[in-house]
Amino acid sequence: MTNANGHFVSLRSVTKRYGEVVVLDAVDLTVDEHQVVCLIGASGSGKSTLLRCVNLLEHVDDGSITVDGVTITDGECNVNELRRRIGIVFQAYNLFPHMTVLENVTLAPRKVRRLSKHQAESEAHELLAKIGLAEKADEYPDRLSGGQQQRVAIVRALAMSPSLMLLDEVTSALDPQLVSEVLNLVRDLATSGMTMLIATHEMAFAREVADKVCFLDAGVIREEGPPEEIFVSPKQDRTREFLARVIEAGRL
Amino acid sequence: MHRIVEIFFSPFHFRQALPDVWAGFEINVRMMVIAEALVLVLALCVAIVRGLPGRAAAPPRALAIVYTDVFRGTPLILVAFLVGFGLPALEIHPVSYLSIVTYGIIALTLVYTAYVAEVYRAGIQSVHPSQRMAARSLGLSYTQAMRFVIVPQAVRRVIPPLLNDFVGLQKDTAIVSVIGITEAAQQAQNYSSSYFNFTAYVVGAVFFIFMTIPLARFTDHLIAKRELRERAQAV
Repeated sequence: MTNANGHFVSLRSVTKRYGEVVVLDAVDLTVDEHQVVCLIGASGSGKSTLLRCVNLLEHVDDGSITVDGVTITDGECNVNELRRRIGIVFQAYNLFPHMTVLENVTLAPRKVRRLSKHQAESEAHELLAKIGLAEKADEYPDRLSGGQQQRVAIVRALAMSPSLMLLDEVTSALDPQLVSEVLNLVRDLATSGMTMLIATHEMAFAREVADKVCFLDAGVIREEGPPEEIFVSPKQDRTREFLARVIEAGRL
Repeated sequence: MHRIVEIFFSPFHFRQALPDVWAGFEINVRMMVIAEALVLVLALCVAIVRGLPGRAAAPPRALAIVYTDVFRGTPLILVAFLVGFGLPALEIHPVSYLSIVTYGIIALTLVYTAYVAEVYRAGIQSVHPSQRMAARSLGLSYTQAMRFVIVPQAVRRVIPPLLNDFVGLQKDTAIVSVIGITEAAQQAQNYSSSYFNFTAYVVGAVFFIFMTIPLARFTDHLIAKRELRERAQAV
């Protein structure tokens, strides 16, 4: 199920501009099947934009992206078809506040995958039970803690059985004591072989779960490699500076 | 003092005017119920069309803008004349041969749909873009995202201002009487000019007030409930 190069996702000199500002500058990146790739870098370095380009929430100005052997940036890609195979989870959870947890999780399976209500609900209950939120199925999102909401958001994406998950700083809006419950879930996903592209500020976590770490700086991937290489012996000055600041802030 | 009571609050005239004004008020109720149901649906359609994205949707979008501009800007009484007298003059089947009450309902619906469409539009715009993004990223189409995620949240938010507009609509059923509908205000006027006493108008006013008070209290209740909910979220 991979393309000729053997990569599940591949970005070739992807460029994205907002007016005059270049957010992504000729970025090359590959993600293999079952691989976990972490994007690190300061806020505004282009991590979120890069993720959003992969499921076409952002329009790519230049370059090309292929997912599962299909070029998605040629303007002929069916975006709804693409997005149902790619799950994305946002920093701010973005659960639907007017729906219960169960309705949040079953909406897309019912309307997009065309499952019956019964089938969608039994799948949703199973997923919710796995993350220990079975008893919250009929609650509204605002009755849940941030960590619980984010786990529901992850399950909502998983309910579409995606072949790729994009995680956009999923713990950045959480109280410190709630971070671990979300990271545990992401870790389980990584262990189960889910292909993931993760933008994160959690360096220790990136070091632990990533197969590959990419350091983004001003829209350019300055350095990429296995986590032990990036975190222990970075080659680039910019990477070293960034990591020094992270250590100073006590985040590694 | 005695004169004020006699002219405006005469128990005798109150009792005597009551049946006719009540009979007229039944027409007001019918017009408001039908017009409100139509406005509720049509205004949402106009608001959705106005928000359609893309170049292909430009003509319907422009049409929706022109419609709201025209009917929000024209006094109801003129719309009532144009519909009530203008359409019959066309002599086209069937629009020229409707009942006078139907013309009143059409005039009310045309004007209030323009108002309420703007209320809906504000509601749709108040739903954070991240909600649409979340819906689309799950593979839902634009239409599905609107239908299941955006519009339900928007409608919930605009119910209080929308009900406020409906209070206006209920009272304005009296204005469309100018095209010859013998509703409550018209009946009251007939009575007054026959007996030179204004109590009949007070009777009509009482009916309208009793009609709008439940709606006003219901609106208050909804606003209070939402405030409570939002305060609970902030904690």
